[in-house]
Amino acid sequence: MNLEYTPDQRAFRQEVREWMEANVPREKLPSFDLTREGFEAHRDWERKLNEGRWGMVTWPEELGGRGLDLIRWLIFEEEYYRAQAPTRVNQNGIFLLGPTLMEFGTPAQKARFLPRMAAGDDIWAQAWSEPGAGSDLAGVRSTCTRDGDHYVLSGQKIWSSRAVFADWAFGLFREPGSERHKGMSLILFPLDAPGVTRRPIERMDGEQVFAEVFLDEVRVPVTDRLGGEGEGWKVCMATAGFERGLLLRSPARYQHAASKLIALYQANKDRLPASMAERVAQSWMDADAYALAIYAMCSRLAAGGTIGLESSTNKIFWSELDMALAQTALDILGPYAELRGAELPGEWLDYWVFALAGPIYAGSNEIQRNIIAERMLGLPKG
Amino acid sequence: MHFAFTEDQAAITEAAREMLVESCTPTDLRRLLASDEAFDTARWATIREMGLLGICVPEDQGGLGLDTIDLIGIAEAAGYVALPEPLIDQAGLIAPLLASLGGPVERVLASEILAIGHPANPFVTDADSAAALLLDHQGEVHLVARDTVTLIRMESFDPFRRLFRVEWTPSNATRVAGDWGDIVQRGQVLIAAQLIGLGQRCVDLAVAYAKDRQQFGKPIGSYQAIKHLVATAQVAIEFARPVVQAAAAELPLDNLASRTRAAHAKLAAARAADLAARTAVQVHGAMGMTWEVDVHFFLKRAMALKTAWSTPAADTATVIERMTTAPTGPAMTFASEVAQAAG
Repeated sequence: MNLEYTPDQRAFRQEVREWMEANVPREKLPSFDLTREGFEAHRDWERKLNEGRWGMVTWPEELGGRGLDLIRWLIFEEEYYRAQAPTRVNQNGIFLLGPTLMEFGTPAQKARFLPRMAAGDDIWAQAWSEPGAGSDLAGVRSTCTRDGDHYVLSGQKIWSSRAVFADWAFGLFREPGSERHKGMSLILFPLDAPGVTRRPIERMDGEQVFAEVFLDEVRVPVTDRLGGEGEGWKVCMATAGFERGLLLRSPARYQHAASKLIALYQANKDRLPASMAERVAQSWMDADAYALAIYAMCSRLAAGGTIGLESSTNKIFWSELDMALAQTALDILGPYAELRGAELPGEWLDYWVFALAGPIYAGSNEIQRNIIAERMLGLPKG
Repeated sequence: MHFAFTEDQAAITEAAREMLVESCTPTDLRRLLASDEAFDTARWATIREMGLLGICVPEDQGGLGLDTIDLIGIAEAAGYVALPEPLIDQAGLIAPLLASLGGPVERVLASEILAIGHPANPFVTDADSAAALLLDHQGEVHLVARDTVTLIRMESFDPFRRLFRVEWTPSNATRVAGDWGDIVQRGQVLIAAQLIGLGQRCVDLAVAYAKDRQQFGKPIGSYQAIKHLVATAQVAIEFARPVVQAAAAELPLDNLASRTRAAHAKLAAARAADLAARTAVQVHGAMGMTWEVDVHFFLKRAMALKTAWSTPAADTATVIERMTTAPTGPAMTFASEVAQAAG
């Protein structure tokens, strides 16, 4: 147990800090979920990150990374949020598909997809949920019909984040006639392939955060299947572990938000009751508690451990702390909270809308509670 | 940066935990109560033989030369079994205090009990079984023999907590130190660890009952309403434990951030234990309110420890003071960093 950074880790932090200070855009980029321009501006930022070899620091050098450990990834993330750098438009790629490719991909797949992912050349979307398969993901009905060395994909996907403008998607498909957890495969497909139709879904604030994806006899080579044929469920669950458990939501995100919340409270505290300080303090403590839990988890992973059921406890904790934090900010803003566009209240309103989805995506918190109760604590299935 | 216990730390914790879980079952607690004892002499002898009392005592004074962080898992285990004997106070507070001021630490190592009366706590625990007491007079530490003080018993809701008011007269001869050092933070962190154990025990009791108890033809634990209650309590425990461990590891820094971490640890652990205890009562239904079901042993201890060494209100004030006066944010997770940033 040693809770101090080494001189090398400090030097690494300094290196990231200096690069971010020199390169993070001064102006906030336009949303990547509203216009092609905003999306491409974020892609340009991904390219710039890659030029500095910051695309995904944990990946091996030959695949576009720096071959660093998870503690350094946490330090990178801390500096990333501290510098208020743009949100990663390729988060579905680098944080979800990337580690899955690393675990299940063939050498050819890794070489083909990971460097382009790190460079922002391919921006990825996830295509798992379907109208009839949300929390019950094993209810997926979209099919992959084998035809020689190709699959023919047909069906409908929904809630695909970034799919409106993204280049590629990774989707869950089943052999015709297969049932539930069997017969599914994870297949990568270009979103501009013949037979793919995308329909944006407007979020309550007007942003086109996700899309429906319709697949009508889309032909993809068998070599674009990730993992074994029929083993898609296992591959998906590994991805979901990364998503809920660690990579998608690094603690720096919440620690940065908590700092901003403290500043908001300080600026308004003369007109606020003392109880508001307690709510702000709770958010700050929770963000730090999450960070400590993740440092402990990364130390365990570094010693050869694997992500287990803490992906479910983590997901509940980060989504609920985020919602409480956002709600506290709106309550401090009071009647100004509902204003759109205005700089400060608007930012917190956007934050709140995003936080509202936290308990739903990446596996709803109700499902995570079932998982904790059944697999961690051993209660019987219902 | 490595946030994990060493193999040695894990081994000593596991040995102690096994001994405590085996020897201190709820049946044992009930047997002790029936015999009107708050103290199991056989277990206390085992604790001494295992060297647990000297964990935080320097090697040249007969101990293992370790620190609070090495005791933290054992404190959690002591909470898990609602241990009646004052192992954690003796090993984590009194022994290192005596060692630091060149006092009679060998008495603690020989398993003699010394009680501690610090102004953070209005009552002195285990004063009746103590041979001597460490008491406060105007911020200074005095060591007095028990037969020179008057003890007034205060009855606790927790039958294993033996609380006393102490009447005594300080003198130059009894004064042994000019201050208490970091005893409050040590107390907070060790209490927090016990609260984690208490919380986990409450969840485990709730789970065991929910697997067994049938309603509408099925175990009640198969219903989501029950599952979600216990899962929520477990999440609270999972995110209090790392804070407690960090607080123990950062204790030697003795700066604003480490002192605040101790306050956070205690707040988080108390909240988790409180939630778990109430959840355990709820899952047991009406049985949860009875003397017959074991939940109350752990609920009572959690309730009592929540205000030991500091109150939640005071801890919250400490946290608010730190977050509004010292740097926060993504690079400021650890107390060592905050100290550097503050110069």
